[in-house]
Order: sequence, then structure tokens, then C-alpha cells
Amino acid sequence: MRELRYREAIREAMIEEMERDANVFLMGEEVGHYQGAYKVSEGLLTRFGEQRVIDTPIAEAGFAGVGIGAAMTGLRPIVEFMTWNFSFVAFDQIISSAAKVAQMSGGRVPCPIVFRGPNGAAKQVASQHSHSVDPFYTNIPGLWIAMPATPRDAKGLLKAAIRENNPVLFLEGETLYNVKGEVLDEDADEVIPFGKARIAREGDGCTIVAWGRPYYTAMEAAEILAKEHGLQCEIVDPRTLRPLDVDAMVDSVKKTNRCVVVHEHWPYGGPGAEIVDQIQRHAFDWLDAPIERVAALDVPMPYASNLETLVLPTVERVVEAVKKVAYL
Amino acid sequence: MASGIDELRQQYRKMLEIRRFEEEAARAYAMGKIGGFLHLYIGQEAIAVGVASALVKGDYVFQTYRDHGIAIALGMTANAGMAELFGKDTGCSRGLGGSMHFFDPDNGFYGGWGIVGGHVALAAGAAFKSKYANDGQVTVCFFGEGATNIGGFHEGLSLAGLWKLPIVFICENNQYAMGTPMSRTTPLEDLTLKAQGYGMHGDRFEGHDVTVVKDRVKTAVDRARRGEGPTFIEIQTYRFRGHSMSDPAKYRSRQELEERKKKDPCAVARQRLADAGVKEAELLGIEGEIDDLIAACVKHADEAPPATEEAMWDSVYVPTSAVPADRLPRGVVRVEDGDA
Repeated sequence: MRELRYREAIREAMIEEMERDANVFLMGEEVGHYQGAYKVSEGLLTRFGEQRVIDTPIAEAGFAGVGIGAAMTGLRPIVEFMTWNFSFVAFDQIISSAAKVAQMSGGRVPCPIVFRGPNGAAKQVASQHSHSVDPFYTNIPGLWIAMPATPRDAKGLLKAAIRENNPVLFLEGETLYNVKGEVLDEDADEVIPFGKARIAREGDGCTIVAWGRPYYTAMEAAEILAKEHGLQCEIVDPRTLRPLDVDAMVDSVKKTNRCVVVHEHWPYGGPGAEIVDQIQRHAFDWLDAPIERVAALDVPMPYASNLETLVLPTVERVVEAVKKVAYL
Repeated sequence: MASGIDELRQQYRKMLEIRRFEEEAARAYAMGKIGGFLHLYIGQEAIAVGVASALVKGDYVFQTYRDHGIAIALGMTANAGMAELFGKDTGCSRGLGGSMHFFDPDNGFYGGWGIVGGHVALAAGAAFKSKYANDGQVTVCFFGEGATNIGGFHEGLSLAGLWKLPIVFICENNQYAMGTPMSRTTPLEDLTLKAQGYGMHGDRFEGHDVTVVKDRVKTAVDRARRGEGPTFIEIQTYRFRGHSMSDPAKYRSRQELEERKKKDPCAVARQRLADAGVKEAELLGIEGEIDDLIAACVKHADEAPPATEEAMWDSVYVPTSAVPADRLPRGVVRVEDGDA
């Protein structure tokens, strides 16, 4: 075991998979000479050359489409969005092209592509640059959606994504790139399967489902609840939102009888609501309280720091939600 | 590769197959056997067949939703096409795609795309693959003049020009973007001017003579194959039917249509064959064979089994290596990594 930063784990996954398969290449804005807007692709240009680390113009719809066409005809592109906010101008390519081509061709034309980049709010970048895009894309059959919280999960899931024959949207945490965590040694070649949640903390008092950055918020809240109220929370990180590990969440709720779902996306619909629906249908008789959700407030992200803090899920709000379902 | 009159004979046969296929499709549509949208290519056949004649096995072709013509020109069987229109399991896309989403990757046909301009960058992506793999293959991307106003077209051409991709863009200018004439959608008459801004070669000509189409397109295809970059070709043409089956085409005059029908590509090819000494009896023989072929494809489509729920679920994802066996959604099949 070693400690790596989240960005280093992602970089390692790309390097290992590019070494493994000459059909894998990286394309996006500033990924090469600039070394990556968030330095995720630092050093890749030197290592793999301009044929495989490709700087693009500012044209998301164009290079997303080029990636899809290349994937349909035999390559395995990794397409980086500088942030997922910019994927909206490539929305049609992701939804109408990548997610549809297998179906439209009667299952004959695959699209082995990974779209990746930072997702969610950063620090005071205001409304157009602070989207958590998971609710927009999880609705679409034909796509897989991964949203890793830890460096180890980021590396293992990205390796699985690059080897996968279907399109994968890989949502990294914009504020997680510097987070350190344990990652297996380089020769471990750990590939983490999709659709398998990780039980990050065991407990019998309340299940907290959280992914992406809110996973850390939930972990912090769990410590406070343990210390101040003696309540042990079980934290379930689904890691991928499509496919979604419903079984792991339902099993946990059957043990704890309570559940709080914490997510960065807005409260209307999305995986947050989907998870509540799945749990109430599959574990209704085990629930001792209605499931609570802690979400971003239902407003475009404000610029002012105090308001941004207010909008995003906080440790305090998670603690309050758990206390509510536990009748504390 | 056939040449001269033999090639023209084959091209005439193919153009006629497309023509009769679509006439029967229109009839079946009127009878309620085909649903949804049906965009006919009638009047434009010389372009599909001319372009297909300029390509070799392994090349890639992308088209809009007016896609029956090129699919058949590239080698899709009339059976697979008609069964798709009828929503049958033996259709080229197992009845899941319909008229707008024909696919035939074995013959280099990569769709059949329904969002105007959306497939232009995809085609550039196929050409990108050829450059990446240095495999000598060329991609052709078709679209209408209406698509030259949308963003997807411009970003696709921009990248193809920037990276000098082995691709030929073919604008089938049939004068009307649905019901709107070009004079009301574009401030230019010569559409190759748009491609100049992306640093690519341009060509522009009328597309009713299949031999002309083949020769002019082949020049561009050869250039792409030599690694000398993309070409944008505007081919002026005319569709004899409305935009789709629901369009009576009242935005244009009867006289305009009749004038254009004098350049019917099938009639032009037939006359050239006759002028070259091909006997009337032989031409009638070809026409009879095509009639039989099309009658047989309608019969096949009528009798073929309907599209299946199994195909519907199975085709959402191709076999996956990322999802373990105990977490597979309905219809998804597991494959070990590397077996794809």
C-alpha cells in the first residue's frame, strides 16, 4: 500500500492502461502541452507523444463526437472535459450518439469510450461552473456512470472503465484532486467492478448513502454522531450510479432500519431520489423512519463564499438528518 | 473493378434497386406497414451509387436519416432494409432503428443518424481512427445543405481540417431543408466557401450522372487516402418526393419538379446505356430482375418474425467486462476483459 493523491491515482490508471493497450489515447483541451488544466495528465505527453495525447480546440461537441466515432471503429478514447460543466455543449453527442449507437445498430456497433473530468462545485466559481451532473446522465440507458470518492476507487474504477466496451462517464471530484488515500502497489493491477458499493464504515445505527465529495462529509458526520450520541452510522458509497448497487444499500438498511442519502446534486429527482425509491420498495418493512435526503439547496450556485457553503451539503446538515431519522 | 459500360450497367442496376425499394416502401407506408418517419431518396440515387463506386472495402460511410440509398449502394440487402422498415427481427438493426437508423458495419455503413449535424464529428472520428492506425481507410460523411448551418457540422469540419483527416464530406444539396429553400437559410450560394474556412479542398457539381459523381468523388477519396487531407463536396441534386411521407411539398412548384425530373438519374443512366449500344431487351431484363428482387424483399419483410423484446434488452449495452455477473442489468451479457 502507498498513499497517492486522487489526481495521481487517475493519472496512474491512464498510464497503466495506455501502456497495456495501444488503442487507448487521451484527448481534450489542454491535456498535453499545458499538462492538464488540473494537472491530471501531467507528464503524459512526454511519455506517450502527440499521437496519443491530443490537445483539442475548445470544441466539446466536436471532440466528443470524434471520440465516439473513433470508438465505434476500434479505438478506446479517453475524452477529458476540462470540467463536466462544459459537457453540456456535447450533451447531444453523449446522449444521442454514444448512448444510442449499440441499440440503433441492433447491438453490432460498440462504443468503448470514457468521458472523464472534474464534476461538482469547486470554490466560488459560481453558477455556470458548479454543476454536479450525475442526475442529468444517470437517466440514460446505454451509459455507465462512475463517481469515485477515494484515490483507490478512482484508479480501480477508471481501469475498469477504459477496458469496458460500453461508454462510461467518469465523474471526478473537482475538490478531491488533492485528497490522499491508500492505493495498492503498481503491480497489483487492481480493477474495481462497476455496480459494487463499498461499505466505508460499518455500523448499526443508521445507513448513510453518499458518493463523490459528500462521502467525506458523511464520514465526518458519522464520527460526530458516534462521539456525541453513541450512534454508529454505516456508510455505503455506491461508487457507480449506473449500474447501482441496490442490494448493498438494502442490506445495510435492513440492519440499521434508518437511512439518509447525501448528494451534491439538486434535490429534484436524480440518483438521490432513485436510491430513496429503491430502498422504500425493497426495505419498506425494515424502515423505522422516512428516509431523509441532504442535497444542494435548490438554487443556482451563488458566488459569495458564505452562500456557497450554505448551498452545499454540510456536516451539520448530515448530522441533523441522521438525528431526525434516529429520533434523537 | 468493372469499368466503362460494365460498371455503368452495375450502377444502373443498383440505382434502380434503390428506386424500386423506396417506391415499395412508400406503398407499404401508405398501407400502414411502416411507421414513424420515412425520408425518401428518390431523385438522388446517382450520388449514393456514384460515391459507393469510388470507395473500397474497409472504408467508412456515415449518413443522415435519408439513408436507404447509400445503405443499399454499399451492399445492404433489400431484405435487411425492408425488414427494418417493417420493424422486423431480420432487419439490419433488428427492428430497433427503423428508417432513420440503418446500420451495416460489415459493408462499412455506420448509420443512419437522426440529429442534423450530429454525425459529422462521428465521421471525423472514424477518419481519426484511420489516421491513428495508419490503415489507409477513408471515411465519407453525407449531410444535406440544411446541416451546414448547425454547430455540429462546423465543429466536425474544423477538427477534420485541423488534423488533416482522411475524410470526404459530401453535402447533398437538394435545395430544401425540410420545406425551407437555401436562399432563406444560408447567405451563400456556393457552400464550398464554408469549407474554405476549415482549410480543406472544395468541389461543387451537379449529381444526376453517376459517372460524374464517381469520378469527382474518387479524386477526393484518393487525395484523402494519400494523406493529403479532407475535401468538402457540394453535390447539387433534387428529391422528387417531399421531405418525409407527411410532406406534400407545397413549397415548390409543379413546374420546378417537372423540370428537375428531366435529370432523373435513373433515366440518365438508362439513356447512356442505350446510347452505348445496350439492347432494350437487356435493359428490360435488368428491370425485371430488380422488380422481382424488390417484390421478394417485401414478401420477406411481411413474413419475417417481429422485433423481439430480447433484442431490445440485449442491445442497450454490448457485452460488458466492467459489471460482474451478479450485478448485470436485464439483457446485459458479461464478457471477460479482452474477449470483446
